[in-house]
Amino acid sequence: MSLITPDFGLFFWMTLIFAIVFFILAKFGFPIITGMVKKRSERIEQSLRDAEEAQKALKELAAEHKRMIEEARKEQSRILNEAASTGDQIVAEAKQQAREQTAAMIEKAREEIRIEQDTARRQISNEIATLSVEVAEKLLRGHLDSDERQSELIDRLIEEARASHKSVN
Amino acid sequence: MHRIRTIACIALCLMALLPASAAEHDTHGESAPGELDMNSYIFGHIGDSYEWHITSINGKHISIPLLCIVFDDGLKVFSSRNIEENGYTLNENGKLVNASTGERPVDISITKNVLSLIMSSVLLVVLVLLSARWYKLHDPLKEAPRGLPGLMEMLITMVTDDIIKEGVGKEWERYAPYLLTAFFFIFLNNLLGIVPFFPGGANLTGNIAVTLFLAVCTFLAVNLFGNKHYYKDIFWPDVPTWLKAPIPLMPLIETVGLFTKPFSLMVRLFANILAGHIMILGVVAVIFLTAKLGPMLNGSLSFIAVIFGIFMDVLELLVAFIQAYVFTMLSSVFIGLSRQEPEEETRQIETTK
Repeated sequence: MSLITPDFGLFFWMTLIFAIVFFILAKFGFPIITGMVKKRSERIEQSLRDAEEAQKALKELAAEHKRMIEEARKEQSRILNEAASTGDQIVAEAKQQAREQTAAMIEKAREEIRIEQDTARRQISNEIATLSVEVAEKLLRGHLDSDERQSELIDRLIEEARASHKSVN
Repeated sequence: MHRIRTIACIALCLMALLPASAAEHDTHGESAPGELDMNSYIFGHIGDSYEWHITSINGKHISIPLLCIVFDDGLKVFSSRNIEENGYTLNENGKLVNASTGERPVDISITKNVLSLIMSSVLLVVLVLLSARWYKLHDPLKEAPRGLPGLMEMLITMVTDDIIKEGVGKEWERYAPYLLTAFFFIFLNNLLGIVPFFPGGANLTGNIAVTLFLAVCTFLAVNLFGNKHYYKDIFWPDVPTWLKAPIPLMPLIETVGLFTKPFSLMVRLFANILAGHIMILGVVAVIFLTAKLGPMLNGSLSFIAVIFGIFMDVLELLVAFIQAYVFTMLSSVFIGLSRQEPEEETRQIETTK
């Protein structure tokens, strides 16, 4: 059967032509295409990676942004709270001061009142003493209108002084 | 779906009857003029010839004469129209023989298959170089090719990624040009073989010389670059010693295996394409064979034959691709096997590390 016996002529031409085709394609054809395809797929891979990274960075940025806003809000509320508490404190301090001042003033007033009272009391007692001396003078003047009585009194006074001197000794 | 199945069944039943009726005609001796000579019809289409027969009109053959180149006491070149004038004749296989001695000269004629081979090779080179040129004219990093370069890129990417990288493994770049060339050569010639008129129609990849050459190429690619381990596995495989010495039973089997692998490649491609061509020719022949069974039967059978012919042609398109794919895949798998590193050794190295 001629079908299954390889023909030399065709085999010869096949060898020659296939070798030429292979040479041309292996040199100028396929490596260029596969090289470019490889380059492009690498590029695409790289781009994908970059995009992913960019997205991640964007996400991080967004998180950072959110965090900053959150922080600012916290700071704001903190400052507000602080201001409020400072106000309260100031008011409280002022109240305290006022109370202290008032207390001091009251104290001072009391002191003055006491001093006045003392002075008044002393004046009154002085007056009373003067009055009583005057009264006593008047009384004595009445009693000592005679010499007898004067000597009697002097004796008695000496006696008293002696007694008191003795008792002291 | 059901209707298609019914039609196919009827067609198959009718086709089963056909060889019987054809054989009946053969018993009557030489077929009468105007009747179809199945033998020359089929073998004329699938075989090689010294002229490219295009068509016959009223018994007049229209064909392209081709160049006969013969070494027989020196180089002789003549047109296929002048075979007799140059002292040659065709033997019963349609081969050129010396008219006086009846011996075959060294025959490197540009036959129908060779011309088809030249044309398809030029076409292949042009297709690939045109695609490669696109990458020089454009910035492939910025845009992807469309049209022809796009199609070629798709096919090349598919072959490299699905077949070559998977099959060969490491260092696949070294083998990619050969495997890609083989794939596109087979695919293009398979497709051209299905085209029924002039530039196509030659049964090139269904010719044993062509598939033999491709198988030899794969054989060389596998065995020239095989590693130490591959050859050790052939000549001193890991089997009980009595299997390899004193009678080298396993090495013998492995050596035979060396040749059966490319042989199977050769036969697979050859037989598939040849069978496809014969099937299509057979289906088309139904129209002519039933011509004298009456217009009614002929008409209906012709209709079925056309439907079936379309089916076969589409199937052949698929086969054209599949066979190119399978040849390339098996070649790369064989190459990959010849370069495989032994697993135990790597494991040992890993454990010693």
